[in-house]
Amino acid sequence: MATAVKPRIKLDKKEAKKGDIVEVKALVAHIMETGQRKDAQGNTIPRKIIKKFVCTVAGKQVFAADFEPAVSANPYIQFKFKATESGPVVLTWTDDDGSTIMGEETITVT
Amino acid sequence: MIGVSRRQVLAGSAGALAIAAFGVAPAQAANNAQDLIKAFTGGKPATEAKVKLDLPEIAENGNTVPMTVTVESPMTEASHVTEVLVLADGNPNAGVATFHFSPASGVAEANTRIRLAATQNIIAVAKMNDGSFVTASKQVKVTIGGCGG
Repeated sequence: MATAVKPRIKLDKKEAKKGDIVEVKALVAHIMETGQRKDAQGNTIPRKIIKKFVCTVAGKQVFAADFEPAVSANPYIQFKFKATESGPVVLTWTDDDGSTIMGEETITVT
Repeated sequence: MIGVSRRQVLAGSAGALAIAAFGVAPAQAANNAQDLIKAFTGGKPATEAKVKLDLPEIAENGNTVPMTVTVESPMTEASHVTEVLVLADGNPNAGVATFHFSPASGVAEANTRIRLAATQNIIAVAKMNDGSFVTASKQVKVTIGGCGG
């Protein structure tokens, strides 16, 4: 995408004890065009969706999702992970055209 | 004096009939939901257990229906959920999303918002690390479909 989209990411706690469950909520602005709709001229509007979402914590994948056109516009995702080590929480959304949107938070594990 | 007129009785029963007919109308599985389940499980049977689908009974707007899927599991190296496939059997395409978990997830739970074209069943199939499958389904009534053009 030409314009930089800033995803909104929220962790329910920035500091966690080892073994704690941390909840992540993330929202990204995206049209999620299904490829089913037609424009005023009757031409099919080409599909454009985020097809892949990955979350890594300190470089390790904790959660991933494959999206289909049935996921709503401006996809919202909420999931949890187990705090094991401090590090960056990196969320990556991959578009149909290969472009990516990234967001980052930090978790401190004590 | 008659309390309830014949007309009222007829109107009332007709209404009840209409509701009953509407209520039992099965959601037609006309799309590729069953094929996708087969491809996911490799033909293995999935037992109805452990999976919880949290969706509204009635969705006023099919464009954005909140959905939470939870799978009961200790999420340890020895026993955890690896993947959860979510399907909608009344959408043009059955696929909704696939969630990938690992022991690092801690809890096998994900929430997102989905589009539903019409009243239909949502099906979740979870794959465990030992190769077994568990499933759950839930019907959602949709007032305004979410796939309109």
